[in-house]
Amino acid sequence: MDQDKASPLGTAAAWIVAFLMFFPILWMTVTAFKTETQAIAIPPIVFFRPGMESFAHATAQAGYMLFAENSIIVSFASTLLALLIAFPAAYAMAFQPGKHTQNLLVWMLSTKMLPPVGVLVPIYLICRDLGLLDTRTALIVIDMLMNLPIVVWMLYSFFRDIPRDILEAARMDGVGPRKQMIYLLLPLASPGIVSAALLAIILAWNEAFWSINLTAAHAGTLATFIARYSAPEGLFWAKLSAASVLAVAPILVFGSFAQRRLVRGLTVGAVK
Amino acid sequence: MANLELRQVGKWYGNYEAIKSVDLSIADREFVVFVGPSGCGKTTLLRMIAGLEEITSGDLLIDGVHANAVPPDKRGLAMVFQSYALYPHMTVAQNMGFALKMAGMPRAEIDAKVGEAARVLQLEPVLGRKPRMLSGGQRQRVAIGRAIVRNPKGFLFDEPLSNLDAALRVQMRIELVKLHQALAATMIYVTHDQIEAMTMADRIVVLNRGIVEQVGTPLNLYHRPANLFVAGFIGSPKMNFFPGRVQRADASQVVLALAGGETFIVPGPESPPAVGTELTLGVRPEHFEMAAQGPLAGTVDVVEHLGVETLVYVRLASGAIVIVRTDDLSRVRVGENVSLALRAGRASLFDSSGAALFHAMPE
Repeated sequence: MDQDKASPLGTAAAWIVAFLMFFPILWMTVTAFKTETQAIAIPPIVFFRPGMESFAHATAQAGYMLFAENSIIVSFASTLLALLIAFPAAYAMAFQPGKHTQNLLVWMLSTKMLPPVGVLVPIYLICRDLGLLDTRTALIVIDMLMNLPIVVWMLYSFFRDIPRDILEAARMDGVGPRKQMIYLLLPLASPGIVSAALLAIILAWNEAFWSINLTAAHAGTLATFIARYSAPEGLFWAKLSAASVLAVAPILVFGSFAQRRLVRGLTVGAVK
Repeated sequence: MANLELRQVGKWYGNYEAIKSVDLSIADREFVVFVGPSGCGKTTLLRMIAGLEEITSGDLLIDGVHANAVPPDKRGLAMVFQSYALYPHMTVAQNMGFALKMAGMPRAEIDAKVGEAARVLQLEPVLGRKPRMLSGGQRQRVAIGRAIVRNPKGFLFDEPLSNLDAALRVQMRIELVKLHQALAATMIYVTHDQIEAMTMADRIVVLNRGIVEQVGTPLNLYHRPANLFVAGFIGSPKMNFFPGRVQRADASQVVLALAGGETFIVPGPESPPAVGTELTLGVRPEHFEMAAQGPLAGTVDVVEHLGVETLVYVRLASGAIVIVRTDDLSRVRVGENVSLALRAGRASLFDSSGAALFHAMPE
């Protein structure tokens, strides 16, 4: 069989699956342009005159800008912090591995398997006692800690791809670890660092559990913003959809620009 | 100026002893080659001298100064890596000047030094290129250039030619020897290729399983190998070995009964071995000749015509294969029965521990 030629049946099936997966996002986007009455009409209305009322409400009255600002600050700051900590950590693990480096790496990753809700109460209490409830600082630190294992892993695998000889040559040239990181690793691993940063930003942006539980009016991110719409007043589908579109759109645009970088970053070392 | 002295230098990796008490002194401006099979510890020893690998026991002295704890860049040695280890994101000029820049040397001075090294190595036209745009030979030269600009007391080469094709390797070999003459610096060169060792070295250090088997000039090693290992490692095709037992011995000759049943006479021992001693006879391929009558007889198995010489593989009655190097232009045919005799009485005898007893070299 010719492997390059897809059967028409397979192509059709792929399109159907893709459409099914994409449908919720499509429907959300469509609903965002409806009025509340159109949004809950049964049977659903497919053809209508699109309006911007829901968006206006979300941005003007619900304070979209504050939440968006929080999202940007929290995701970028937590990523920067994670990179600053992960970079030397990955350097040490990749180039000066000890007996337990592998175990340490696996252990770090295993912390990602812990259900966050398991530590909700202690973290909540810590934040409360430190006066960090509803602050960006708390979210930045928590998001940084959540993403740290992944960032360390990614940088570690990128560093492992850099021939050790190069760093040894640098040692012979009288270049210490700090200068090695600045003059050699930073430029050589820059694709990896960018990939890791992109992933960390996206993960922090999408993080909902902690921001919903630890923040309220001041430090809430866009995840909180959406959550507020399914609030006591009842469900407003059109406004909720508009809010969701506004929360998802920036990272979707960002992600599509970053896509190629990201795929390369995640598959590094897989194919030589 | 760099004299190096290794005193009972050893290296342990956990419970594994990679280098076993090496004693060696290297004179200033000497070209010393470490040679041995892979895993013999030659690269480890070089890296210990470089400072990239810790010395577990013993002492390293550079110009009489104890250097075990001196960091790599303070030892005054430069290293050329097997993989070249060029900085891929820097141009040739930046690669060569990096160490100087890190040392805080003024820009103009760096440019002058890099320019001078580039001139010596004929790298001037490619100074602005990145390593990936260079050929293998050029990369190799950049790696050497990076070492030269630091003006080191000594150069350490770790199998620098093994990534080049055969023709380029021969050319670079010659260039390295010329460079050694021009720079008048101490050079230590690691290779597994005994031809590189023979052609380049002032002295060769033969390593095997972490032990120095023999140190000597190329010809000394070839003609007077200290043991079976050196005898087998130096020279290609390798020396033929025959186990045997002393039947009769006096000051003029040793008569051996070989394991295959043949009787073999080796002339002139310095001190005759006792009758009944188990020995190994060693004869280089070029020290056999085909004769009408000879102590060894067999059938020609394979004939290799190399043009300048012909290698004949002779299968003895015992099944052992003997390699004979001859300039005889292929009158020998496969399947033919031949007799082999010693040429000019040249042969070596090794005792049961492998140590050389004596080398028969009549005038």
